[in-house]
Amino acid sequence: MRKAKGRVRRPDGKRILITGNEACGEGAVQAGLRFYAGYPITPQNELTAYMSRRMLDVGGTFIQAESELAAISMVFGATVAGVRAMTSSSSPGISLKQEGISYLAACELPAVIVNIMRGGPGLGNIAPSQSDYFQATKGGGHGDYHMVVLAPASCQEMLDFTRELFDIADRYRGPVMVLGDGILGQMMEPVIVDRRSSIDVRRESQTTNDKRQTTKSWALTGCKGRKPNVIKSLRLKEGELEAFNEKLEKKYDLIRKREIRFEKYRTEGAKIIIVAYGTSSRIGRASVDRLRKYGIKAGLFRPISLWPFPYEALKKLDKGNTKFLTVEMSAGQMLEDVRLAIEDKSRVHFYGRTGGGIPSEEAIVREAISYKL
Amino acid sequence: MEKLIFKKPEAMTDAVMHYCAGCGHGIVHRLVAEVIDELGIREKVVAVAPVGCAVIAYDYWNFDVTEAAHGRTPAVATGIKRVLPDKVIFTYQGDGDLAAIGTSEIIHSANRAENITVIFVNNGVYGMTGGQMAPTTTVGQKTATTKAGRNIRRDGFPIKISEMLAVLEGTTYIERTAVSSPKEIIKTKKAIKKAFGIQIKNEGFSMVEILATCPTYWGQSSQDACTRIEKELVKTYPLGVLKG
Ligand code: SF4
Repeated sequence: MRKAKGRVRRPDGKRILITGNEACGEGAVQAGLRFYAGYPITPQNELTAYMSRRMLDVGGTFIQAESELAAISMVFGATVAGVRAMTSSSSPGISLKQEGISYLAACELPAVIVNIMRGGPGLGNIAPSQSDYFQATKGGGHGDYHMVVLAPASCQEMLDFTRELFDIADRYRGPVMVLGDGILGQMMEPVIVDRRSSIDVRRESQTTNDKRQTTKSWALTGCKGRKPNVIKSLRLKEGELEAFNEKLEKKYDLIRKREIRFEKYRTEGAKIIIVAYGTSSRIGRASVDRLRKYGIKAGLFRPISLWPFPYEALKKLDKGNTKFLTVEMSAGQMLEDVRLAIEDKSRVHFYGRTGGGIPSEEAIVREAISYKL
Repeated sequence: MEKLIFKKPEAMTDAVMHYCAGCGHGIVHRLVAEVIDELGIREKVVAVAPVGCAVIAYDYWNFDVTEAAHGRTPAVATGIKRVLPDKVIFTYQGDGDLAAIGTSEIIHSANRAENITVIFVNNGVYGMTGGQMAPTTTVGQKTATTKAGRNIRRDGFPIKISEMLAVLEGTTYIERTAVSSPKEIIKTKKAIKKAFGIQIKNEGFSMVEILATCPTYWGQSSQDACTRIEKELVKTYPLGVLKG
């Protein structure tokens, strides 16, 4: 696994047992989050409840908004004023937030959006799912934009990734997403938490201790001592929007070069590689161990950044006759990216469960064996 | 020696406005700028522009301005004000933005008693998209989508947002004015000044609803449009202080 730069230091780290949702919230607080707006929806309610408490502790703002549309727009307001801001929801609520996400991208405003996925389409159910992969990685809202999407697979990563995503959002000035699912949100695991170090001075564009001050020169804080700042997404002048789209593309190219993350597990000499992210990758890892025990050379490739997707790293694992088994809690969405990476589509297989079903280790092992033969 | 008796407010830029002749927006923009100058808050103001004819208000104002998604204007202002409580935050919204797509945001921002100021320009039509019916279009008024006139059975009633907000405990000051004559314009300016004053004193949510002309989509001359406000519109939307 590629170690991220500036990783969380936790010399006095305390191990505590918390849910993934709470770990996510704590990661945000450690990153200097001072504004959270959300709306109740299962299975992410622990996160909203946690933020309502923690924002009080740190003197930040918590707003239970009247809708998802309002929540993401409040986040827009806080980030346009230069403060680190976040909202969270689950699938149907994230659909509503797409309007705001598109505007955040168009206004180049950093913000963290958390999606604790549940089954869909429609109201679906409240069981865990991975069926918002397309929405998260291929746009979701209108217009040409992308956001960095990281997929944690443990409560610790819920904390670490969320914390780091604030830096990524500030660095590239745009919305970013934590993509988890109902299991990750609601399960409890020991997490190392260091509440001391919430702000790292090395971070450029970090808010100072006074939440009202900001070092983001583009932020709207009143034009004292400078020319007025205008942050907008309407670009009507001849060629203006195309020039902006080109600017965004340059930024996205840079992100594609710098922010790709993945993890490989027992891939040396592997004849069949399970490709899975998030919760599915945990089951995939156990399946690899089982397969190896049976003498089958299996490995796991786990994309961590779903956008940008690690196409090259995955391609490198293809020895010409390697088989790939994509495992998802969806009808096959990341599968399309795996097919883009692997030229010979006949060697890319899929196993998935939908509607809140979770792929079992046994089923994955069975599938792998059937493709291997 | 010549004496300068009339000048452009510092809070306005030199840009030439794109509004149609006789449009009420230009007047309201200027009133807001004059009030900001008089209160000496130009460097403390952050405004949120709407979607609609006034979307490029930031080209005309000489202070910090952002632009919200259609109707989310008060939600964006909420976010800004909560993190910048010492700054003066206002939204500038038309009737489509505030009374149709953004009804939820305006009601809940008012109900939370957000300490923001709302400048609500009500001209009863969608100007930017070609003169369609707005929720505030009067009964019988002809628009691009009510060719035979607004019919209450089919199109519902003109919505009276100011009256609705006035009953909320979260609101401090609501007044309806017009920019149809010099006298009404002076009253409008006073109301805007009062609204900003309430925010500066941390007294809560303030809104001024301003009846404004849209000669283009009313199919009238500027003069007739002003007369229409004073003779007809005020019957549906009576002027005066609704709260505070
Ligand atoms: S269409 Fe109406 S509201 Fe829009 S600029 Fe013209 S007169 Fe003003």
